[in-house]
Amino acid sequence: MENFNKPILDINNLKTYFPIRRGILSRTVGYIRAVDGVNLEIHQGETLGLVGESGCGKTTLARTIVRLDQAKSGSILFEGNDILTKDEKNIRLLRNKIQIIFQDPFSSLNPRMTVMDILTEGLIEHRVIHLRQKKEEALQLLNNVAMDADALHRYPHEFSGGQRQRISIARAISTKPGLVICDEAVSALDVSIQAQVINLLIELRNEHKLSYLFISHDLSIVSNIADRTAVMYLGKIVEYADTSTIINKPLHPYTKALISAIPRAGILKEKRTILKGDVPSPSNPPSGCRFHPRCPIAEKRCSEEEPQLEEKNKNHFVACHLIPTSKNSY
Amino acid sequence: MENLLNIKDLSVSFKTDEGIVRAVDSVSLTINKGEVLGLVGESGCGKSVTSMSILRLVSSPPGSIDSGEITFDNKNLLSLPIEELRKIRGKSISMIFQEPMTALSPLHCIGNQLVETLQFHTNINTKKAWQVGEEWLHKTGISDPVKNMYAYPFQLSGGMCQRVMIAMALMLDPKLIIADEPTTALDVTIQAQVFDLMREMKKKDTSLLLITHNMGIIWEMCDRVAVMYASEIVEVGTVMGIFKKPLHPYTEALLNSIPLISVKRNKLESIPGQVPSPLNYPKGCRFQDRCKYTFDKCRREHPPLYNIGGNQARCFLAEDRNK
Repeated sequence: MENFNKPILDINNLKTYFPIRRGILSRTVGYIRAVDGVNLEIHQGETLGLVGESGCGKTTLARTIVRLDQAKSGSILFEGNDILTKDEKNIRLLRNKIQIIFQDPFSSLNPRMTVMDILTEGLIEHRVIHLRQKKEEALQLLNNVAMDADALHRYPHEFSGGQRQRISIARAISTKPGLVICDEAVSALDVSIQAQVINLLIELRNEHKLSYLFISHDLSIVSNIADRTAVMYLGKIVEYADTSTIINKPLHPYTKALISAIPRAGILKEKRTILKGDVPSPSNPPSGCRFHPRCPIAEKRCSEEEPQLEEKNKNHFVACHLIPTSKNSY
Repeated sequence: MENLLNIKDLSVSFKTDEGIVRAVDSVSLTINKGEVLGLVGESGCGKSVTSMSILRLVSSPPGSIDSGEITFDNKNLLSLPIEELRKIRGKSISMIFQEPMTALSPLHCIGNQLVETLQFHTNINTKKAWQVGEEWLHKTGISDPVKNMYAYPFQLSGGMCQRVMIAMALMLDPKLIIADEPTTALDVTIQAQVFDLMREMKKKDTSLLLITHNMGIIWEMCDRVAVMYASEIVEVGTVMGIFKKPLHPYTEALLNSIPLISVKRNKLESIPGQVPSPLNYPKGCRFQDRCKYTFDKCRREHPPLYNIGGNQARCFLAEDRNK
């Protein structure tokens, strides 16, 4: 993909497998292919949305990027350096620059630390600020996420889900990261609070020139924040394009089904494409195209040959045999 | 239309360490025969407690039903002896819970759980009941029902467990089904399957009380909708009416804050602040601190439910907003 600025994060053919062990000798009898050959790029200041159903590997991908899970092969270039080959010491430095916001605001904050300690722990650990500056810095961070100063000396349990997620966000931006990974950051919140938090994320992005990898199972949330969107199914990216293209002109049958499955208000109840069956197990993915057992338009070829992610239109990548490549770019 | 269930002035409270929490405050609702009524609201607003009270499933203590009347089939469910109520639970009124994995017993296979329900309510021998169970698994689209009757819930996926729950809820031909967030734990593609199934399986005269926080689901499934906020009903109306012209500012804000697909807006409209604590509801309207139309009367007086052209709304401005 041509772009004038270099990507801040460049993922190449990344694979993360988890061994399945059985028996008293715990021999490895197979692998769960959670992430199986993913290529993605995120540019400076861009938000990349990643959607997919539960178990498709989105969270494993996020955890692999921050080295919480070990990759099997492939490379992840962050600002030009490969994350996967770094040793323990350099990884710690890297965690400054890549931050993550987790889904559950109730378990991702230490219940025994005050908000001030939570917010400044990273900064003090990395010797960015002196202990004396702790309070001042924490106040500034709280201010960034529109919270009152009296939160400083309180503990996480005293806050509601939405406020806790604000604290998580403040903590994530405290080290001035280049990339923030939001792993289902608003999924646990009520709609009215969800909108507040999404707006906050957008504001912070514009203010601090952040890049986001925004992971969600909800395409409608992703469509409100992401510049480009990748759709993941069983460890693979099946479609990847500008968010508006994904929403308005989806090509992959899975993306189409995903969009039509969202209950929407205000639109005439049209006939939907309803997918049959469940997502197959990633330990034994179907042959050929992984989507073919559920695909409404699958042909014989789909069960034999695995489709590659190809640029079908300009900047629109699809992994499907049945979508023709258009010659003219629009 | 004929009334099937009538909830009148229901109040439920819970004893907590910090004091008594009124989780449901004078809620009145009716469900007509064959109707799908949606009950929508944010977490903690009392929608689940309302639905659990219908079958007296609120554990007591700490919960207690303080007042009210729930009439079903000319019987007040709240004062019925427990033996009588057991005959209604699962038969005339059945329930589908939010988490199918935890609502089914992990120690018994699917078949035994289906047979137990059947044999509790009808005179049917085990062999016959097993067959009926198999039939219903087949009807709800579970592949290989003969084999899956012997499966334990952990062997099935979330979507399949929810199908088992639907089979269990429908097989005794209930008059009312209460579905409490039936798809919240499921993926969107599975959610679409489940709703499609529920629509298909539901008989014409069966009523459905559907509890959800998702306005999109309300639009797709329901005939009428009741909106709850801070333990109270704030608006009741037809789905069409409420989507077109919400009378209560909370409903309006709720509709505006849904992230819509395919419309890329720069800023989502959000409701400022948060739901007040049930220990300490403000005097006057409970939505006053988050409402953009608040005026002095809202802070002084608690608004009643106004009847406006068949709909109800708990707002002093409801009549003006209807114009």
